[in-house]
Amino acid sequence: MASWGEASQSRLIGKRITRLSGKEKVTGKAKYTFDINRPGMLYGRILRSEVAHANVTDLDLTRAEELPGVKAVIPLIEVGRKIRYQGQEMAAVAAETDDIAKDALRLIYVELEELPFVVTEADAMAEGAPQIRDDWKGNQSNPGTNKNGDVEAGFAESAVTVEATYHTPVQTHVCLETHGHVAEWTDEQNLTVWASTQAVFGVRNDLARRFELPANQVRVITEHMGGGFGSKFGPGVEGHTAAQLSRMTGRPVKLMLTRKAEHLVAGNRPSMTQHVKAGATRDGRLIAYDMRGYGTGGISSGAGFQAPYVYHVPNRRTERFNVAVNAGNQRAMRAPGHPQGAFAMDSLMDELAEKLGMNPLEFRRINDSNEVRQAQYTLGAQEIGWHRRNSVPGSGTGVKKRGMGVGSGLWGGGGGRGTQARVTINADGTVEAVTGTQDIGTGIRTAIAIIVAEELGLSPTDISVKIGDSGPGLPSGGSGGSQTTASVAPVIKTAAAAAKQKLFEHVAPLLQAPVDDLRVGTGTIYVASDRTKTVAWRQATGLLGQESISEGGNWDQELRQGGVAGTQFAEVEVDTQTGHVKVLKIVAVQDCGLAINRLTTESQINGGVIMGLGQALLEERIMDPQTGRMLNANLEDYKVPGTFEIPEIKSIVFDTHRKVTGVGEPPCIPTLGAIANAVYNAIGVRIRELPITPDKVLTALAEKKA
Amino acid sequence: MDKFSYVNATSLKQVTSLLSDSGWGEVMMIAGGTDLLSELKEYIETPKTLVNLKTLPGMDSISANASGLKIGALATVADIAMHPTIQQYYTVLAQAAASVATPQIRNVGTLGGNLCQRPRCWYYRDETVNCLKKGGDICYAVNGLSKYHAILGGDPVYIVHPSDIAPALIALNASLKIAGPEGEKTLKVEEFFTLPAANPFRENVLEPNEIVVEVQVPQPKPNTKSFYLKAREKGAPDFALASVAGVFEMMGKTCQTASVVLGGVAPAPWRSAEAETALTGKMINESVSMKAGAEAVKDAQPMNDNVYKVTLTQNLVSRTAMMAVS
Repeated sequence: MASWGEASQSRLIGKRITRLSGKEKVTGKAKYTFDINRPGMLYGRILRSEVAHANVTDLDLTRAEELPGVKAVIPLIEVGRKIRYQGQEMAAVAAETDDIAKDALRLIYVELEELPFVVTEADAMAEGAPQIRDDWKGNQSNPGTNKNGDVEAGFAESAVTVEATYHTPVQTHVCLETHGHVAEWTDEQNLTVWASTQAVFGVRNDLARRFELPANQVRVITEHMGGGFGSKFGPGVEGHTAAQLSRMTGRPVKLMLTRKAEHLVAGNRPSMTQHVKAGATRDGRLIAYDMRGYGTGGISSGAGFQAPYVYHVPNRRTERFNVAVNAGNQRAMRAPGHPQGAFAMDSLMDELAEKLGMNPLEFRRINDSNEVRQAQYTLGAQEIGWHRRNSVPGSGTGVKKRGMGVGSGLWGGGGGRGTQARVTINADGTVEAVTGTQDIGTGIRTAIAIIVAEELGLSPTDISVKIGDSGPGLPSGGSGGSQTTASVAPVIKTAAAAAKQKLFEHVAPLLQAPVDDLRVGTGTIYVASDRTKTVAWRQATGLLGQESISEGGNWDQELRQGGVAGTQFAEVEVDTQTGHVKVLKIVAVQDCGLAINRLTTESQINGGVIMGLGQALLEERIMDPQTGRMLNANLEDYKVPGTFEIPEIKSIVFDTHRKVTGVGEPPCIPTLGAIANAVYNAIGVRIRELPITPDKVLTALAEKKA
Repeated sequence: MDKFSYVNATSLKQVTSLLSDSGWGEVMMIAGGTDLLSELKEYIETPKTLVNLKTLPGMDSISANASGLKIGALATVADIAMHPTIQQYYTVLAQAAASVATPQIRNVGTLGGNLCQRPRCWYYRDETVNCLKKGGDICYAVNGLSKYHAILGGDPVYIVHPSDIAPALIALNASLKIAGPEGEKTLKVEEFFTLPAANPFRENVLEPNEIVVEVQVPQPKPNTKSFYLKAREKGAPDFALASVAGVFEMMGKTCQTASVVLGGVAPAPWRSAEAETALTGKMINESVSMKAGAEAVKDAQPMNDNVYKVTLTQNLVSRTAMMAVS
């Protein structure tokens, strides 16, 4: 049975190893899609609707086409069709310079017959609201319901009940590198695309279908990419458009989204509103749960969320539906449905615990059957100093009040089939690992180098890792669902092991030992039964002569495992005069199985915590019911955490077994509830609506006083 | 942005004569460009000519002597924030400058630009929204989303003035020098700013052919304490939800004179004579400072989404006063 071996035997795996591309990235040498410039390249731009709902009654591209420097103009919507949200694509241009392309957009004539719109859930659900989807009756989808046990009996048995409404707004992905592509037709039948994507092969296959090409005649390259978070699985309209403009003009076309378009159309995490009632017994058993909730994913559906979450409730009834509004579509976003569900559930748990007069951590222990999380509760409480928390919420003295809270989460991340890889050992001693995965920022490039280096007795910097390119024809899945490492690692390991075996076959005669008696040392190959017999790596590979060893790998179930638990504790300080919440510390205890690279695993946890903090305290898509527009489609009023917001983060890699599990998503889940509960513990007033901004804190404090 | 021609300024006379050829918006001045460029990119302004002021000699100097400070309009925000004399004797000014945006923006943004910057209102900054400030019929904040808008002096345009430096200068009783085709004139910084009731389209008294050239600040008395407090949602960069520039002449715990100027709550920096009266001649303590805070906002008329600003401003004024005795 394949295994990763004992921790004590690992030279590299599980250690803290600097990211291979780190220096390139911090020095600006790394080339992202945005940085790709091809000879003769044109600049593409998309004209987008500035209104939320309209019929297109006329579209005239003539004036744009006549502008000197414009090489192609194409319509992206037909006259007679409907605009259904601000930002929807109407036309596109390709021009000699980006400035000309921008000017050309303003010369395109579009006549719109504006229609009544709704951009908030409340307006969409109001009586007489304009119908915005032809395939729905009203603006609400048919509710999905779920029922277990006997809810009424559960409430009858409850000693305490809590009824509350929790809300999280729409959050956008805010990829630092916006969506975009550089498309280049090398001839009429071959397309090369540099894409800022989290799915190199997904983009390749989509473009091949779109342009009716054999898949191997489309090559997609993503050497480095600046964030996807679930929003970059396909080429999208902008990718299709870049490729089409390139084909029309016979020249490479770069088309990157503006920051504004990125907010408007490149996906978002749907909102959530939950009306929930829950009950618990005197001894702290959660026994009844009744939830009706909804969210909006813009004009699309998919606004699901987890409820209940993590903690077990035997008697439960849930009803969820989608609300359509005239706004851009949702897309998968880091742990879809989980952070918002966790915020509501962890807030609810604290409210119930308080009614029971119980420590919220004890209440969780009673209702959490997961043994890993039970251990995490103990460790996290110790790290944050849980005993220091206010036993009476809001009882701290002074203007700045401190408090602590806890939140929980769960995820899968077990990986899956679909990756092919090749490990090559050359006669000059160089080693190459190739696969079609992509580094979405998690450090898979380095993880691959570590695995191969461990297997071959080399250093990670000795391994040339070639990923983010469909050219070699070694597919791998998209980087989503926290699946990348767990999908790729087993294949890389088995490929490296196969290559090693082949090398041993060449070395065995020289060392006069059977193949199965050979082992790798550090830069050497030796005979296990007689360690005086040894050969240096370069000498060993020299035996290959004109040949190279090149071996594939296979997905081995035994090397990975899904299912993780996580817990986070937050300590905050609330300025009761300004309403400002400062997070002082987050302790993030994240279950993860075998961490191939402990350093980048910690980085993943840090990143998740920062994203969760943003959702808890800052981020919100603000839609204006008056104009139908997003008022903060920028980075001035759409606020993401900056240096001043980032607290001390204690990221604890809670490795519970020696199989690979992904942790890209789970660390962003428990943060919201932990912070919200800490705010309550600090000031004694509960904020049930995210983000917890100064206006909400001051308003809540004023209501408490009154 | 639209195409424009670009002229390097050689003298104030040349600048004012270039500006004289037309009304607002045809010919515009650029120094640091941190505000103007975003207005151009968003098509909020579409000038035909930009006059680059950075080539004007000697306008970026900061000089300090016993009678006070002279700061050229081209001095950068960073120069002001890091100037040792300003930090020591004009603390409120150094603190206000240091609170502006980010180091990169402070390094290029200028004093003149900071005082003349345009509002951040999300309706104003949206090209497609023809709001009252841009010549339309209504201020969209009135029935729209008004979290960041004015609670004082708004009618009929509810923007807030975004400058941090302006409240500090007014609290220090500073003056500014304006050059125009007829020569130079000096007026109090306080008189420079105007409310929308007087002119809904502009935020100050500058004529299209005038330029701010210098700010003069009298040296505060030795027994002066001064502070700039700025509340914001995000550490940086972020504009003020509310801010307070406080300058207090103290005798022990007694406040002899007080200047209290609010930022982020009105279409112009807002001197609170009420708060000043509540503090002047008083021993500063908890109840006096709270009274001053309450006085500062007693005429506030919050909108749908900014009721919190009343409490916030009140608390900031109290906190600033208490800092004078701590």
